[in-house]
Amino acid sequence: MDFSLGERTEAFRAEVRAFLDEHLTVDVIERMHTSGTFNDKDFNGALAEAGLLAGAVPGYGDRDPIELYVLFNELEKAGAPYDGLAVTMLVAGVIHAVGTDFHHTEVLERLLTGEFNCCLGYSEPDHGSDVAAITTKAVRDGDEWVIDGQKMWTTMAHEADWVILLTRTNPDVPKHKGLTMFLVPMGLPGIEVQPVPTMASERTNATFYSGVRVGDEWRLGEVDGGWAVMGVALAFERGVMGGTNPAVPLLNHVRNWAAEAPSPDGGTMLDDPLLQERLARTAMANQVSQLLTLRAAWIAATGGLPGLEGSMAKLYATERYQQAVGWFQQMAGAEGLLSFGVDGAAADGWIDYDGRHSPVVTIYGGTTEINRNNVAERHLGLPRSR
Amino acid sequence: MDLNLTEDQESIREVFAAFFDGETGPARARSAEPFGFDAAAWERLLETGAPGMGVAEAVGGGGASLADLAVVATEAGSRIAPLPLVDHIVTTRLLAMLTDPSACNNDVLAGSAIVGLALRPATKGVARTVPNGAVAHRVVALDGDRLVIDQHTDLLLGAHLANHGCLPLAHRDLADAETLAEGPEAVAAHARAVDEWRTLTAATLVGMAREALVLGVSYVKEREQFGRPVGSFQAVQHLLADLPGLIDGAHLLTAKAAWAGDRATAGITGTLDVDANDVTDFPVLAAMSLVAAGEAAVLATDRSLHVHGGYGFSEEYDIQLYYRRARALTWLLDDPARECRRLAGMFLAAADGRLAASTHHDSPQANTETGRS
Repeated sequence: MDFSLGERTEAFRAEVRAFLDEHLTVDVIERMHTSGTFNDKDFNGALAEAGLLAGAVPGYGDRDPIELYVLFNELEKAGAPYDGLAVTMLVAGVIHAVGTDFHHTEVLERLLTGEFNCCLGYSEPDHGSDVAAITTKAVRDGDEWVIDGQKMWTTMAHEADWVILLTRTNPDVPKHKGLTMFLVPMGLPGIEVQPVPTMASERTNATFYSGVRVGDEWRLGEVDGGWAVMGVALAFERGVMGGTNPAVPLLNHVRNWAAEAPSPDGGTMLDDPLLQERLARTAMANQVSQLLTLRAAWIAATGGLPGLEGSMAKLYATERYQQAVGWFQQMAGAEGLLSFGVDGAAADGWIDYDGRHSPVVTIYGGTTEINRNNVAERHLGLPRSR
Repeated sequence: MDLNLTEDQESIREVFAAFFDGETGPARARSAEPFGFDAAAWERLLETGAPGMGVAEAVGGGGASLADLAVVATEAGSRIAPLPLVDHIVTTRLLAMLTDPSACNNDVLAGSAIVGLALRPATKGVARTVPNGAVAHRVVALDGDRLVIDQHTDLLLGAHLANHGCLPLAHRDLADAETLAEGPEAVAAHARAVDEWRTLTAATLVGMAREALVLGVSYVKEREQFGRPVGSFQAVQHLLADLPGLIDGAHLLTAKAAWAGDRATAGITGTLDVDANDVTDFPVLAAMSLVAAGEAAVLATDRSLHVHGGYGFSEEYDIQLYYRRARALTWLLDDPARECRRLAGMFLAAADGRLAASTHHDSPQANTETGRS
């Protein structure tokens, strides 16, 4: 085995780090946390201008999945607004994999400028983990489709130009076989976006579709072949595109806080043996999360589809992050409860922020339990339990 | 980046998997209790050349890298082979790297003389709880700043200390031990050997964890309650579903530690920057791998035993053999919490060093190294 990234990937990482040093200003980070929108079009545009964005599309251009991992990992570790970008680039990857020439010209090329965004329309109010049971329907009408229904957790919908929308086109077959995916322009009549504020400060949305008419050219993949398109999207989503190293900036914030914070036992919190142990456990988990994610990227880079490995990476990384946040918030005491901009807040409010954010990551993109089901059934070969 | 075994490693894996399947395994581990040593299997092992494989070819060994050795250790671990192979190999490598490597002689390379390592410095002239102390003819220990070797013609089975994992533990009195090296060389050589022990023991624990999971999964597929396999209950499935990621993660970390150890041998200095999650430093990865693999093995054996129900703790079933050995090997060197504090000391010192460098030399490069957020 060889754990070095190689010269080319190292050079790419240096390029990304140099870009972040120049463009990831305190203003960009503050704007993201004040607005609750983890997407910054100026920042995305700068990434495109620096030539880094085409490389952010899975399967597109000459960047391999390991470089894709490196890009999102660097963005994540630096605390950059990358959530919107990750979703947009994921959709770009799906278009590249299954889209038509029309989708390429009309959407993919625009996404690469950094000025356009996509959002994901899978979940519904009554169908989350059991996403194949969704009921938003698309009915053919000549060359058009008429879409009616409601989607939930459509994060970035208020800034998105297109939604990748999972619909039911055939209610009379088993649930996985009657689904069709569409790319729907968000500006069409009949689409309404309502904000859903969250405790994590990040805004998400509910979106409503009432008699929305789209031409058949906006269909992505085969009619009733939507589940296969979902498979492509999920394989991109889990692991490679960020989300598995949130405890890297956490460790840095906590370490800096602990070096200054007086301990009730004398000295600083950095002298506290339990805190030291937990810092080390977090550093170790960060390495393991990185390796599990790199494995998924490496499998993709060598021609495989790392669905299960992505599940394992997400399961491990998000549970450990949540555990670490719990440790540190508890150890920071009252100051660990204080928010951004508040006098005396531990780690300038980052611990409170991570405490709000960490439950989210064990839910979105496939809950811990769904990932455990995947591993139990498809890796361990245990019988389906539902 | 390449996460495949090399072709050579793949054949090493196959050869040793076949050997450990044939000559070791849970039944042999059970009959080798309480000493944890199967003399017949060790005799057969000598024929494979394994005892000397970790030493450079120039010195008469097999020239295997730490990464190669980790592959062997994992195969041994998954069969809980009652053989002092990791301890022997680590000690041969220690002896061979001394300025005077003459103690790494032909008997030691062949394995007819078994060597072992005292992990902790001696106290009052005694090396305590040496991992293979009861079955090693020669034990190397750090006594103050002297590296010494305690030699016996026969094994010290009479000195065996009954223990949780039925490991061949014994205290070794160093009164008659001879000095091998002194001062910084002795201390550094011992530290390096203990880091190699951490790495290869982590690899052993990965094997144990894997097999424990296999035992648990196959049991819950067969065992029926309430008219269906207990493995069809989600509560049982989820206990087991956490384990593959944990075990694979520990395996990757251990393989990375071995890779870093081989790079260190080749004179390549590792990096240690937790702010960028950029860690290729061997001592840090060695400690992390033992903590991670120990955690995986302790949890995997616990959950696997648990899903066996009452049979899990009966002597008849194999999982209890893995359960006890996983704990013994994980906690033999030190409390993992203390290992973690030692780890924190290492990376905090490195971070302080970077901070000092950037304060004193306010160059763009130094700023990059201190991180952005």
